[in-house]
Amino acid sequence: MSYILEGLKQGAALLLPPSSEILQIVALSLAVSGAATLLAALAAVPVSLFLALKEFRGKRLLVGLVNTAMSVPAVLIGLLVYGLVSRRGPLGILGLLFTPGAMVLAQALLAFPLITALALAALKGIARDARDLALSLGANRRQLAAVVIRQGRFAFLTAIIAGFSRVIGETGMTLMIGGNIKGQTRVLTTAISLETMKGNFELGIALGIVLLLTALAVNVAMQGLQGK
Amino acid sequence: MKKVCLALALVFQVLVFSPSLPSRDTLILASTTSTLDSGLFNALIPPFEKKFNCTVRIIAVGSGQAMRLARDGNADVLLVHDRESEEQFVADGFAVERLDVMHNDFVLVGPVGDPAGGRGLPVVAALAKIAAVGAAFVSRSDDSGTHKKEMKLWKQAGLHPTGRWYMESGSGMEATLRIANEKTAYCLVDRATWLAHRKEIDVLAVLVEGDAQLFNPYSVIVVSAVKFPWLNVKQATRFAEFIRSPQGQTIIRDFGKDKFGSALFFPDVPGSK
Repeated sequence: MSYILEGLKQGAALLLPPSSEILQIVALSLAVSGAATLLAALAAVPVSLFLALKEFRGKRLLVGLVNTAMSVPAVLIGLLVYGLVSRRGPLGILGLLFTPGAMVLAQALLAFPLITALALAALKGIARDARDLALSLGANRRQLAAVVIRQGRFAFLTAIIAGFSRVIGETGMTLMIGGNIKGQTRVLTTAISLETMKGNFELGIALGIVLLLTALAVNVAMQGLQGK
Repeated sequence: MKKVCLALALVFQVLVFSPSLPSRDTLILASTTSTLDSGLFNALIPPFEKKFNCTVRIIAVGSGQAMRLARDGNADVLLVHDRESEEQFVADGFAVERLDVMHNDFVLVGPVGDPAGGRGLPVVAALAKIAAVGAAFVSRSDDSGTHKKEMKLWKQAGLHPTGRWYMESGSGMEATLRIANEKTAYCLVDRATWLAHRKEIDVLAVLVEGDAQLFNPYSVIVVSAVKFPWLNVKQATRFAEFIRSPQGQTIIRDFGKDKFGSALFFPDVPGSK
């Protein structure tokens, strides 16, 4: 027990003030996971809206696919991306493996089905209520969509937060795709993994505290935005 | 409902009383990644496990990390390659002694085109050239024996490598080599890992070898039970004896010859060659 308490004490001490390396790791983590969540959200919002509002043949299959994609283990997505971007793969010419770009891609692929499925689940109810009310008031399809988007802000935000939380804490796939290169692809999770295995338990804890605070801060910020 | 309760009770009984069932002894071996990545352990561990009815748990992390694990009492025996740290480990009372096991060498690999012009030079001079032109270089940067050797060589060149060209992977040898291949970069690698993964590498070649500075000796260390009474000293000692015995040394000597065309490691215990 004292091992953990001592680690916590020394870990906290490492954060006052944080070294430039720690700051750089935090910045990269936010940049990578932020970009990935943004990309995923940009795709997920229209897709979830489309699936919530439109009826078409094969819709149930598509929705089922999205829900299934949500349960694909992150490491499998990493495997797929690895095969795509490694120099021997189809996108090899881009030289993306072991760069932040590839990490963003992998994390975006991970977040997309999650954000879509969560938003869709909430939107279905909203769309149903809105459709009855809006159509009875004589709204056209575009106005209906606008109503659903406005009413669905909370749902989208919650889904996007969930997506961000999923990717900022992802370790294995990010390690595989990024290579954990110091100053270039080392993020909070992969750094914690490395430092703990190296025996730098205190540094691992320091980074862990930062990761926790980061996740909390983003959540609070987004809740605040939504509150407006 | 009754059947479920009965089944649960049986499971509970087995779990509670399992310590008294005959169980296999466990040995925690902390070692470098080169001994695992090269496949040596696949040849060395099963005969040991069978002979002494012992399950070996291999933690392959690099010598520095392995010794740190051992200093925390988390490993029974070490197989590492960082002479200075090993001697410090013994001096600090974490072991009675360190013992020779085997050796091989490091090689400096790099892009076939050799943009830094280091081919054939003494390794320290080659590193100086790499730094001078800022040619991409991937370092283990994980406190492993390989990393410590690399740092020693940079120091001899009077350099402290930093910059975007100097990539620190913090990973094992195989992962670092793969990154070097992907980024077409220079890299210091032990010959065993190099030979074992040669066929996966398509843009790198050996540029410097045979330099006396690249000598790479491995040692086995039984961690002190005086410091950590819970350690499995019996099996740890047996392991050290086994890999230094004629049987173990023969396995080491012959390993890789058929698959890679040459031996990967060379036995060091006299009288068993």
